Amino acid sequence: MSHAEDHEGTRRDFLYYAAAGAGVVTTGAAVWPMVNQMNPSADVRALSTIRVDVSGVAPGTQLTVKWLGKPVFIRHRTEDEIAEAQQQEEAFAAGQNVVDTNARNANLADSAAPATDANRTLPSPEGQPAQAWLVQMGVCTHLGCVPLGNAGDFGGWFCPCHGSHYDLAGRIRKGPAPENLPVPPAEWVDDSTILLG
Amino acid sequence: MAGIPHDHYEPKTGGEKWLHSRLPIVGLLYDTIMIPTPKNLNWMWVWGIILTFCLVLQIATGVVLVMHYTPHVDLAFASIEHIMRNVNGGHFIRYLHMNGASLFFVAVYAHIFRGLYYGSYKAPREVTWIIGMLIYLCMMGTAFMGYVLPWGQMSFWGATVITGLFGAIPFIGEPIQTWLLGGPAVDNATLNRFFSLHYLLPMVIAALVALHIWAFHTTGNNNPTGVEVRRGSKAEAEKDTVPFWPYYVIKDLLALAVILAIFFAIVGFMPNYLGHPDNYIEANPLATPAHIVPEWYFLPFYAILRAFTSDVWLVQLASFVTGGIIDAKFFGVLAMFGAIIVMALAPWLDTSSVRSGRYRPMFKWWFWLLVIDFFALMWLGAMPAEEPYASFSLIASAYWFAYFLVILPLLGVIEKPLAQPDTIEADFDAHYPPKDEAKGAGAATPAE
Repeated sequence: MSHAEDHEGTRRDFLYYAAAGAGVVTTGAAVWPMVNQMNPSADVRALSTIRVDVSGVAPGTQLTVKWLGKPVFIRHRTEDEIAEAQQQEEAFAAGQNVVDTNARNANLADSAAPATDANRTLPSPEGQPAQAWLVQMGVCTHLGCVPLGNAGDFGGWFCPCHGSHYDLAGRIRKGPAPENLPVPPAEWVDDSTILLG
Repeated sequence: MAGIPHDHYEPKTGGEKWLHSRLPIVGLLYDTIMIPTPKNLNWMWVWGIILTFCLVLQIATGVVLVMHYTPHVDLAFASIEHIMRNVNGGHFIRYLHMNGASLFFVAVYAHIFRGLYYGSYKAPREVTWIIGMLIYLCMMGTAFMGYVLPWGQMSFWGATVITGLFGAIPFIGEPIQTWLLGGPAVDNATLNRFFSLHYLLPMVIAALVALHIWAFHTTGNNNPTGVEVRRGSKAEAEKDTVPFWPYYVIKDLLALAVILAIFFAIVGFMPNYLGHPDNYIEANPLATPAHIVPEWYFLPFYAILRAFTSDVWLVQLASFVTGGIIDAKFFGVLAMFGAIIVMALAPWLDTSSVRSGRYRPMFKWWFWLLVIDFFALMWLGAMPAEEPYASFSLIASAYWFAYFLVILPLLGVIEKPLAQPDTIEADFDAHYPPKDEAKGAGAATPAE
């Protein structure tokens, strides 16, 4: 085809494109609210932070609270569990049953921080042993079931749905789940209250 | 409708002519119901009518149940109990609807495997097959969302697990999951939209069923020999066919009566046999049932979903090649949907020129192995996720894919098919030799 055959843009062509363009934009503007109405509504979005009183959570027990419609495990470790978690960390560092090496902790500035026990736990309030508190989402990273506490091959959590085993620091060690249990934004408001979100 | 030559509707009375020249709907219905149908169809061809019945049953009972159901997290479970205890005949209507879903899936699986054995998916019926697969997908969506509505423990956790599948999509998974659920987790917003879609999708299915029927009325039915109806002339076609009404309608109604006798025995005497007792516990977002099991009709694909864990070399390879984008979770999701996609692609994967499995000596064995594989996967899907079931699931999943991706393409090349009958009439006469050698009215003689 020679350039001589290229036809000039006419007034009619312009009208075609303008009309079609306006039609596409109008359709899109009409469809978007229909799509967006399915996103979380204002009342759902409003419940994004809660305060949890943990004064009654004795060492060796776990509190499960509902935050953003999902369970959060607040675990108070005993001295023995802290020691056992140290042993598990050594095995983890040696490469035994390692699935996910990321801490998955929303409180750490570094999103690639390694999954050490210190990076997984919530810094303890003054006067309490280090690494005594573990706050994490109680939602299996496989398909969203709630894992059971004090269960599984590593004494941490076990997901009954598809058999994922988490250790005492909530790291995935065995089974189909791809990631460690995520640690939500959490901080101490005072010695007995945790702010989630 | 095009296809096999046959008599068309002629309006006779003045009233008929008046309507026909304005809206030829009577002619459309007449041509649909009088379609020439191969006269050698066996009992595996009754499932279409059973499925149509199921759709009508589910819509009718569903419309009635909606009159008493409340889609709200605080009230849904109680409203189901209200239906069961207070509504006049409510328990029976609900049991019909619950077990109607199971009958629907029994029939659709029989219908699909019928198609796979007799090569009903092959040219020129690919569009019928694809529409059928779309209907099957819509059925699964409808059944899944319907199971969430009673808001029992299995409802809630089944919804959590299945919507979690969308969260496995790399990069955009989590926003999609939140958008589907209307929040960070399954909650009231989820229940409400599932209720809306559970009511909408059956209408979509009804429309697809109309297209499905239109498609195979255009190509004509397949039949157990896979040999096409002769279309040279009306007289020739009539030797191979009988009109759908009254011959097949009466036959199909007999089959329906037998199946309904069994169905009503289940609805009446063991209505919860196919359900799960945990669904009579109200949903609790903080406690997962010890063992989440989907409804029986999802089990084969659930087994495939679970089979691909991170210790399978294929999963590790996929993860390595894609730089970790495809992890074990996403691989499982891809495998589950892939299992249905390979089935939908059967018309293009099967290279054999012979349509019916009846004349394919090697194919038969692989086909029946696929049927066994299907039931094995169904059993494995209900077992806990531990050894030895995990390894069995992997083997059974592998066969499912091998059948469609390796065996069907190869068999067409290496298999030596048996001789097929020349015509449907010849096959029919071989089974039912004509009593009167003087040759009667041909097509007008039903199978006596």
